[in-house]
Amino acid sequence: MRQTSSHHLMQDTKSVGVVTPQYVHIDSPLQLKSGATLDRYHLVYETYGQLNAAKSNAILICHALSGNHHIAGVYADKEKSQGWWDNMVGPGKPVDTDRFFVIGVNNLGGCHGSTGPTSIDSTTGKPYGASFPVVTVEDWVEAQEKLSQHLGIEQFAAIMGGSLGGMQAMQWTLDYPEKVRHALVIAAAANLTAQNIAFNDVARQAILTDQEFYGGNYYAFETLPRRGLRLARMLGHITYLSDDSMAAKFGRSLKRNELSFGYDVEFEIESYLRYQGDKFADLFDANSYLLMTKALDYFNPAYAYNGDLSAAFRGVKANFLVMSFTSDWRFSPERSREIVKALLDNNLNVSYAEIDSNQGHDSFLMENRYYHELVRAYLNNITI
Amino acid sequence: MNDTAALSVANLRPDLAAIAEWIQPGKKVLDLGCGDGSLLRYLHETKDVFGYGVEINDQNLLNCFYNGINVIQNDLESGLSSFESGSFDYVILSQTLQAMRHTEDIIKEMLRVGKQGIVSFPNFGYWRNRLQVILGQMPMSKALPYHWYDTPNIHLCTLNDFEDLCRRCDARILERRVTSNYRPVHFLPNLMGVLAFYRFERAK
Repeated sequence: MRQTSSHHLMQDTKSVGVVTPQYVHIDSPLQLKSGATLDRYHLVYETYGQLNAAKSNAILICHALSGNHHIAGVYADKEKSQGWWDNMVGPGKPVDTDRFFVIGVNNLGGCHGSTGPTSIDSTTGKPYGASFPVVTVEDWVEAQEKLSQHLGIEQFAAIMGGSLGGMQAMQWTLDYPEKVRHALVIAAAANLTAQNIAFNDVARQAILTDQEFYGGNYYAFETLPRRGLRLARMLGHITYLSDDSMAAKFGRSLKRNELSFGYDVEFEIESYLRYQGDKFADLFDANSYLLMTKALDYFNPAYAYNGDLSAAFRGVKANFLVMSFTSDWRFSPERSREIVKALLDNNLNVSYAEIDSNQGHDSFLMENRYYHELVRAYLNNITI
Repeated sequence: MNDTAALSVANLRPDLAAIAEWIQPGKKVLDLGCGDGSLLRYLHETKDVFGYGVEINDQNLLNCFYNGINVIQNDLESGLSSFESGSFDYVILSQTLQAMRHTEDIIKEMLRVGKQGIVSFPNFGYWRNRLQVILGQMPMSKALPYHWYDTPNIHLCTLNDFEDLCRRCDARILERRVTSNYRPVHFLPNLMGVLAFYRFERAK
């Protein structure tokens, strides 16, 4: 491990404690990129810390594929309900809630409380299901901007996210250059590679071809495309890890000490993946998963500029911290460097860190002292 | 910016202060192997210079964050492909050239990316170095603080050697400063100088 001065690391860190989700109902129609319109919708969000009088200390954290608004803290009377980025966000943590007002929001199309396929469509009285419109990163930013208006925040001190969350942070700087002072874009890319889209499509095919999917209207049949969602998650999970981390964690270890010469679980990795798949299939909605992967595939800010990302960033004003992880092959460091290049071409303030980690794409969620210290140091320099 | 006091030239490392003197206010600077970023921070705070550092070492990178400068983690050996041609007024390489594998390439890259290049390095031709070799040992000194077996310095050179390289790379030398104990050396610089500083541009 790296040596860092203890002065900066000896921080008293604790959890934000018990948190309660809040809702905002938005009655103005949202024109989606697809051409469809959402007449009204609601967003579920959580906040941590206090918004200062100048309203200058807000940080929006955007979630990735399977994330949600519950970033930090726990729910009352609910065991194991820690937020998904609790190691990053809290009092004395890298995103210090003693200093910043932090917002987490579940994106449109999600399945954790914001309007999505499982919500009731007021025009039919039934769940949207397959009729929920395809949403994009741009649409999410529009909806998040409505939330910021609701909270009275005219400019964010920072917007940050990993993976798909980093894409939203980028999109914010493009769509609302005056409203973002800093963007922290972690383990992201300016668009997906063909290989990445391919992984997403196999995941979607697993869901779409599940007999229990019923064209997305499985709610009506009181069933779930569990097998499809489980397979989608198992595939995805492999791509979020690295060969090295899987070798270190599982190797060729067997559940029992002998081969069974059958197709039941034998290797530990099989057991792990099936467990992860099962857990996910219980918690996540298949339609939401389809939507989220589509949002990933469509993200491509350079498209309108003939593929010239530097041109896409021309009107951007934010300062950037871009970070990648050496073992992340799904959003590799090369892809982060493309973002950095576009920012450099526009003379924007940018720092870039390529963090040594063997934990693949999932590294951005892991507690890594050096990674966290970089985030802490970067945010410390932000004047509020 | 950080809450520590603004850097003054007095607590800037003397060899960096020498380089800072060459930088005109308001210009755009790329500092290769920028260490903890104190030169860029000083230039930003005192000369309104905008710039980026390039650094590979994790601890240095973190120190750059503490100094509040822009820093890009990158291996100089792989070139400067992130930077457009002619996009900087100055490209600085301070006391790093001698530790680089691709010496010629980095000089060419500096000439491509910057209008001017600034390089500093320990002069291997300094008389004490020569004396230690004559006495049968690889030189060690304040400017060359490593043993032969643990030194990162793989391409040490003299003033004359560096000037040969500049010719080879089509670099025109605009200014040279040679120092000993951070004081200027004018008499027999290749023998009496400890550190060498060059400012150069692309020969037309």
